[in-house]
This record gives sequence, structure tokens and C-alpha cells, in this order.
Amino acid sequence: MMNRLRGAPPRYWLVVIVVVFFIGFPTVISSFLASEWAQALIFAIAIMGLNILVGLSGQLSLGHGAFMALGAYTSAILVHHYKMDYLLTIPIAAVLTGIVGFLFGVPALRLSPLYLALATFALAVVTPSLIKRPAGLTGGVQGILVLQPDPPPIASDIFATLTGTVMTSDQWIYYISLFCALLLFWLAWNLTRHRPGRALRAIRDGEVAAAASGINIAGYKTLAFGVSAFYAGTAGSLFGLATGYVSPDTFPVSLSIQLLVGAVVGGLASIPGPLLGAIFAYFLPIESNQWVPSQSWIPDQIASTLKNAGPAVSYGVLLILIMIFAPNGLVGLIRRGYEQLNRRLRGAGDREAGHVPPDPQTV
Amino acid sequence: MSRLVRRLAAAAAFLVALAACGGGTNTGSQTDVGITADSILLGNTIAQSGPAASYGTIGNAELAYFNYVNGQGGVNGRKIKFKILDDGYNPAQTKTLTKQLVEQDKVFAMFSGLGTQAQLSVRDYLKSKNVPQLFVATGATTWGKDFSSNTMSLGWQPPYQGEARIYAKDVLQNHPNAKIGVLYQNDDYGQDYLKGLTDGLGDKASLIVDKESYDVTAASTQAQLTKIKAAGADTLFLFSTPGLTIKSLVIVTGLHWEPTIYLNSVSNPQAYMGLAAKAGAALKNVTSVGYLKDPTDPQWANDTGMKLYKTVIASCSTCKPDDGFNLYGVAVAYTMVTVLKKAGSNPTRQNVMNIAANQLDDNSNPFVLPGVKVQTTSDDHFPIMQEEVITWAGTGWKLSGTLIDERGTIK
Repeated sequence: MMNRLRGAPPRYWLVVIVVVFFIGFPTVISSFLASEWAQALIFAIAIMGLNILVGLSGQLSLGHGAFMALGAYTSAILVHHYKMDYLLTIPIAAVLTGIVGFLFGVPALRLSPLYLALATFALAVVTPSLIKRPAGLTGGVQGILVLQPDPPPIASDIFATLTGTVMTSDQWIYYISLFCALLLFWLAWNLTRHRPGRALRAIRDGEVAAAASGINIAGYKTLAFGVSAFYAGTAGSLFGLATGYVSPDTFPVSLSIQLLVGAVVGGLASIPGPLLGAIFAYFLPIESNQWVPSQSWIPDQIASTLKNAGPAVSYGVLLILIMIFAPNGLVGLIRRGYEQLNRRLRGAGDREAGHVPPDPQTV
Repeated sequence: MSRLVRRLAAAAAFLVALAACGGGTNTGSQTDVGITADSILLGNTIAQSGPAASYGTIGNAELAYFNYVNGQGGVNGRKIKFKILDDGYNPAQTKTLTKQLVEQDKVFAMFSGLGTQAQLSVRDYLKSKNVPQLFVATGATTWGKDFSSNTMSLGWQPPYQGEARIYAKDVLQNHPNAKIGVLYQNDDYGQDYLKGLTDGLGDKASLIVDKESYDVTAASTQAQLTKIKAAGADTLFLFSTPGLTIKSLVIVTGLHWEPTIYLNSVSNPQAYMGLAAKAGAALKNVTSVGYLKDPTDPQWANDTGMKLYKTVIASCSTCKPDDGFNLYGVAVAYTMVTVLKKAGSNPTRQNVMNIAANQLDDNSNPFVLPGVKVQTTSDDHFPIMQEEVITWAGTGWKLSGTLIDERGTIK
């Protein structure tokens, strides 16, 4: 055990630090900020799901907001009409959304990438209207209010001894989201490193070659859709809990785009990517909206124009910059920087010893 | 071994550092937050980007009025600070931003938040935090009707049902043998209107020969309007949102149909009428209602209220003075100031809420039509319930008839 721990590569320790950081975070920030970070973590889950579909299997989806809506409404309806405990409804919502995603993946198989993007986009467009139809079940336009749960006594006590303040429901929801995020990131990590991950990557890089190697193309592609929707369903369910309210306008088309932007910015086909992408995609519109008007040196007229276009403009500009300077996303950028640094350090040592460093391997 | 110990020590040190930075978050004083000896902080969420961005100017107009009042010395010596945040018409954003305003910025009250869904999404939250949600910018009937179970929330503008009842009265008076066709949006907004019309017609509800609905996402109402025309209607009600109302007016002309048209107040700003005319709508026999002075109506050119409005709005560089939404913003801000003034030396959240919801009695608002009273009592929580019928006169709306009062009709 000790030996295994000692031999662990540095990135394992990085994971430990990140996990410890996220566990400790709510004890040093306000309850409100905890609720914002909870939503960022929820975005991370949804983007992880999208990442499996887009980054790993190479299928484009512009409709993940719709899967989130399904998850959110499943939970909200179960809580509201059937008085279930919210925590119990999260796995139900996830599995149901996963099944729907799997079924959606079956016809989607027959579509070329461009048409698949259009089909999923259509899904995102119709979902808000579709939700309004069975008004008795979904609350129609009024939506459904979700009561935010109080933290259980044990969690509350531990939190109180650590910080000296009472745990709020926002902080409790943060920990629920963190738990789900950790679990699902761990699952995704396992998925990518084993047979399904390799199969999906093979399909992405060359369908014919993959088929020739005996990979069940149809099976794996629909599986990717199902798993991806499972993630989106979990995220949706948690999102309903975090915002305390689900309604058709909570899941506009732009949500799906936001998720895709997050996935691309973070870095496709990587595990830490969705986390970075989520922090980016969640906080950028909020911050850019509030930062511009607070700057007194920007003239009023320009500030108000910028403010109205805030999220769209900052998304656009940053996306272009990232595509130019970091085509593999933030994770790609960090990895490249680390490798260059490493090479230079190692190179210096090796040169002294008279060795020439080997070419770095591409990932 | 020593490397492991060092790593564990580093992790532990990190944890300790985290804990050390912690401590007093979340001070929980519930009353009189956001108010000091010389300031009152109000918060607002509104759509300044996204599909409903044209409403965004309301917040800026309100800010302009508060700045004007501050320039006059403020309210009982206190300056009003007003923080506007853009929610893009997405209720999830509204929830987050409202939390930010309440928990981080520590506002005294929320004022004039926009959008029915958006404001409903924070109604329970604000009540649980004991923060007043005053004069929301939505005409849904629920704000006044369900006040008894939502005691921290209040609307301002006339509810959609009240407006539709006024149309019903006008029809019964002027077109007693009308054959009514209704086009409505298939959501709570359209249904609110339809219910008001049906209730208002009472036992004459059989005058309605056809009702057709469309979905918010619909691109055209051609099919519905053709059906209504075929059903023999000679009076058309449009309970739709501005975009589709403009289209519908054009379609009606395209069908060579000349019904009497009743247009809901949401769609009647002059700018929209201009767009409809430009797109080829005939705009014959068009009726609507209003309760605010129209900044483009020449009859108010020398009105003191209108002059004040022009002065106030001149300080907002991005507000167009002719935009009726700005006049709305200034008018509702006037009521907010009235309430704060009345709270006098006891400006607690509870007292302010009590005055707004039960004791408003103000006929001095210079921005509403003469005679319109902003009023609430212990069993009536709709601040404005009077509107006047207006008819389209080619270039602007003309007041026709008298104020119709629907107070007390919605239970």
C-alpha cells in the first residue's frame, strides 16, 4: 500500500489536491458563492457527458440542454407529484434520461455528423415547447418549484465544527453536486482507459478501420449517446435542485450551446477538461455581464452596448483566441506548457551529462 | 517514506490554510439589511440581453428616476442605490442573480423584476429570506390574486384578466351583436387574457364564435386567422406577444378582412404599430387600452408630468424618450419612492411591505392617466385596476371614452 502510494505519479497527487480543494472550498466562501460553484460543478457533469459523446466518440450534439431538461423535470415531477425524496430521484432521472438518450442514439446512427448536429439541435429547440404541453404534469409555463432540502444533522454538525456557522441548504447542495461530480468523473476516467474508451476513440479516428478490427460500431455509438445522456440527466436533476425551480425557459437552446462551448474550451477527450470548461462556461457570462458596467473608464454608450452583447461577445472573442492559441483547449495548453518546461529542465540536465533527450511522444 | 510524509504534510498544511481563511461568513440579520442612515439599496433583475432585451430599458429608466430623486435630496435624507442585473429572461439566471443581490449585495428589497416565470422562480425564496419583491413587471393575475399566500410579493401594472374584462365591457357596450374570434398564445399569458374575456362577457360568452391558439415558438398565425375568418367572426381579439401581433395585423389585411380589432396592451406600443403599418397592415378599427401617458401623444406636450418625464429621461443616455417602456419605468419608480417616503422613520422591510400591499392610496402619480389611482387595501392587492379605451388614429393612439374601473372583480 505504502509502496503504491509512494510510486504514484504526480498527476495523482494533483487529483488529490483538487479534490481536497473542492471539499474545503465552501468553508472559506459565502453560502451564495457555494451555490454558484455548485452550479459550475453541475455544468462540469453535463459537459463531461458531452465530452464522452463529442470528444471520445466523435458525434456532435447541439441538444444536451434537452437531456438536462428531461432529468430536471423527472426529478421535479417525482418530488412534486409523488412526494419522493429528492436524493432518490437523482439516480432515477439519470437512468431514465440515459435510456431516452440511448433510444435517441439508435436513429441518430443513420445520420451523417452534420445531420446529427441538426437533429440534436431540433431536439433542443422543441423541448421548451414540448414541456409546456402536459401542463398538469409539468406545470406548463409556470414550471415547478423545488423545495431545497435542509442538510442532514451529521453534515451540519461537521460543518459547524469546522467553520462555526450553520450549514445552509446551498452548501449542502454543493456537497451533493461535488459527490456526484467526483463519482461521474471517476466513472468517465475508467471508461476512457478501458475497452469502451479505446473502441470509441478507434471509431472516432476511423470508422472503417474500427469495424475491420471487430468493433461493434452501432453498439458503441449508441452506448456513447446513452452514457452521455445519463450524465446530462444527472446534471439536469441537480440543476433543478440547485436553482430550486424548473421551467421551460430554464433550458433554452443557448444552454446546449453553452455546454458545447465549455466542452471545447476545456479540451475535448480529456478528463480535467470538462471541469475547467464548466468553470469557464458558467462564470464567463455572469462575470462579463457585471464587469463591464462596473468599469467607469468605459464610456456609457459603449458600456451599455457591450453589456447587452456581453456574454455573446466575450464567448466569441475567447473562443477564437482559444482556437488559435490552444486548439486542444485549456487542458491541451497546460499540458503543452508542462511538457515544454519538463523538456527544458530535463534537457538542461541531460545536456550536461552528454545525453540527447528523446522526442516527446504525442498524446 | 520521507517523501510520502512530506506530501501528506503539504496536503495537511493546505487544509489548515483553507480552514484558517474561513470563519465568519453569512451574518444572518434578517431585518433592515440594505438600509443605512443615508442610503437604501434596491436590487433588480431584468432582461437586457436575449429574446426579451427590448424590455431592458425599463431598468435604466427606473435608475434615471431614482437618480433624479437623489438629486432632490433623496427619500427622508436617504439616497436610493439601485443595482440592475441582466438575467437574459432565463429563470435559472434570475434565481442565481437574485441570490447574489440578497446574500452578497444585501439589498433592502427587490424592485420591478421582469418576467412572469423569472419572478415566480424567486417568489418563495424571497419570502423565505423576508425580502420584499415589490412591483414586479409582469401582468400575471397571480401576483394580486394569490397575495394571501405570498405576502412578500406584489405586482403593479393592471393584471391581464382585468384588461380583458375591460375589452368585454367595451364590446358589450359598443358591439352587442359582435361575433368574436380570439387568437391567443397557448400559455398562462394568453389563457389569463382569455379567462378575463370569458368572465367579463359572462352569460354573453356565446358571442365568441371561435378561439384559436398558437405556440410561443410559432412562426406565423396564418392558419389560425384564416379559420377565425371562416368561422364568421367580425370582431378579432389578439392576445399575443408583439412579434406575432404585428404579423397577425398584416395577415388580417392580406386576407382582405376588416374586423374590429382588439389589441392587448403588451402589443400596443407605438413603435410596434409603426412596424405593422410599414409591413402593410391597414390598422382599421383597432382598439386597445392604456393607463400610462403616451410620450408620443401631442396632447401631453405641456403636461407637467410629461415634462418631468422628459427631464428625468434626458439623464439616461441610452433611453429613447419616445419608448413607452421608459415611461413605465419612471412611473413604477415613482410609486416605489412614494412607498419609501410613506414608511418615514420606520423603514423596515415589514413596514414597507405592509404599506405597499395594504395602504397605498396615491392619485398623484404624474405619469399615469389622469384619474388613475394606485391603490391597495387589506383585501385588494392589485395596485392599478383602471384603464382607458384607446383607438388607433393612423399616427398615434387616441383616448376614447372614460376610465373603466375593474377593481374588486378578480377574486
